[in-house]
Amino acid sequence: MTKRKMFFRMITASLIRRRSRMLVALLAIAVGATILSGLVTIYYDVPRQMGAAFRNYGANMILLPDAGNGAFNSQTVDEALSLIAADQIVGVAPYRYETVAINEQPILVAGTDMAGAKAASPYWFINGTWPENENELLLGQEVAQILSAGEGDTLTMVYTLSEADEDNPVSQTSEQRFKVVGVLETGGSEEEYVYISMADLEKLTQPAGELDVVELSISASQSELEGYTQTISDRVDGALAKLVKRVTQSESTVLTKLQSLVLLVTIIVLALTMICVATTMTAVVTERRKEIGLRKALGASDASIIWEFMGEGLLLGGVGGLLGAGLGFAFAQAVSVNVFSSSIAFRPLLLPITVIVSILVTGLACILPVRSATEIDPALVLKGE
Amino acid sequence: MSLLELKNVSKIYGDLHALDNVSLKVDTGEWVAIMGPSGSGKSTMMNIIGCMDKPSKGEVLLDGVDISKESAKSLTRIRRDKIGLIFQQFHLVNYLTAVENVMVSQYYHSMPDEKEAMQALERVGLADRAKHLPSQLSGGEQQRVCIARALINYPELLLADEPTGNLDEANENIVLDIFSQLHKEGTTLVVVTHDPEVAEVAQRTITLGHGKIMKDMINENFGR
Repeated sequence: MTKRKMFFRMITASLIRRRSRMLVALLAIAVGATILSGLVTIYYDVPRQMGAAFRNYGANMILLPDAGNGAFNSQTVDEALSLIAADQIVGVAPYRYETVAINEQPILVAGTDMAGAKAASPYWFINGTWPENENELLLGQEVAQILSAGEGDTLTMVYTLSEADEDNPVSQTSEQRFKVVGVLETGGSEEEYVYISMADLEKLTQPAGELDVVELSISASQSELEGYTQTISDRVDGALAKLVKRVTQSESTVLTKLQSLVLLVTIIVLALTMICVATTMTAVVTERRKEIGLRKALGASDASIIWEFMGEGLLLGGVGGLLGAGLGFAFAQAVSVNVFSSSIAFRPLLLPITVIVSILVTGLACILPVRSATEIDPALVLKGE
Repeated sequence: MSLLELKNVSKIYGDLHALDNVSLKVDTGEWVAIMGPSGSGKSTMMNIIGCMDKPSKGEVLLDGVDISKESAKSLTRIRRDKIGLIFQQFHLVNYLTAVENVMVSQYYHSMPDEKEAMQALERVGLADRAKHLPSQLSGGEQQRVCIARALINYPELLLADEPTGNLDEANENIVLDIFSQLHKEGTTLVVVTHDPEVAEVAQRTITLGHGKIMKDMINENFGR
């Protein structure tokens, strides 16, 4: 049998046959590793989770026409969207505004993609339903009050195609009847508009016009968003991209604070784990003073004793780390499901990192008690004290 | 030829002379019992001979080397290479089996060899208990494992501190028979004891008192 085999035989025997004692140390390491791996998982997943939560507050980027630099239509939008990672696009709502007359009152109408508007502005509260069919409209709360109209009413929308002039004494208009299927409440300026589908608006205005603005809801960090705005403005003719700073800046501030908090907690937990493991290892070493004295009496060098105890500590650290990595993921998953209502993807890199950190922490925690163990006087053992 | 020689050795703690100018020679192959009441200096002498303590004055020659001048590191090496220790409390590693306990001594000395460790246990009549943990062995059996461990590296000096102190009569006889056998094979034995019966079976008995050698006599009945 080689010395190495005997070394492993001794340390595994110590761990296996002294289970009840070692279980306490293992538990301390595993709990520390669990919290560490869980918090690190949450730390890295917070931006994604919070980003998704922030998307409930509406668009964080808008596209505007770049006057005199090409057309601003659905093709321009498609070109801009092709520059953004598809999995980061939460919602795209193009808007074209026109003034129409309803009950002889001038009203602003917005043609949009209803599904896109719904995705980009999840905070919109609709009394009724979203328009799904032709000739259905969504009435802003303020407009509803002006027109004294509500869900189920039918309104006639008149659009002036050309004003009366010397050649044409009668102005040309087009009109369409719409059914009110819902009333929009947001508490903001959105309530001042009437919303119809882009197809309905184009039918009413006849020639297809250009878009006025496109609202984008993108799940990305502020730096990524800034990158996108730059790229789109530079590479897409006819479009200028801008960030909705009110949303992106507050998102970034909250994220930074939250990540700092999680980082701080992680560091504190790591320190507490070290203290806990060091205390446990000190107890383990103290309990085995007699055995250490005996080994020294049998001729063990200090280095040999340090290696044996460190070997046990490192093996414990490895096993504890492995357990902690698994349990930590379960912990992070539970936190994510309960707090953010979504699941977390397992990060394979975290497994070796947790194991290595656990081994290092246990190793560091063992150094002092093991070093003091080498100062034990073997004569004490011989005397039977 | 003397394996161990103490020349005017004193061990002084403050005003207390635990050993007071002791001179002693132990020849190779000799079986010596050291007797004396508590506080007579037995343990101090044992620690000095066992390379676990150094004298305040004098020289201790073990196999021609003055161990009183050696560093702690050298003393560890000398202890490992030349001395086999047997304790009153047995001191086995409680989570290792009997054979593993014997192998621990090989591990620090040279290379662990399970077959050889088994042979050592066989020699003390414990081959069938090799895979048992110390808690599964009787006191006598544990002491025999301790003897097997002390013998495994063929030490030049076997140093036993009250080896029968925790044993019943039957086990005491077994241990003394093993010592007798080892003596016949040429092993040098120094046994510290307070038990006159254990001292009687040795070749020579040294009696300590107040840190001095009070009596040094050859047992006339030895070997009978």
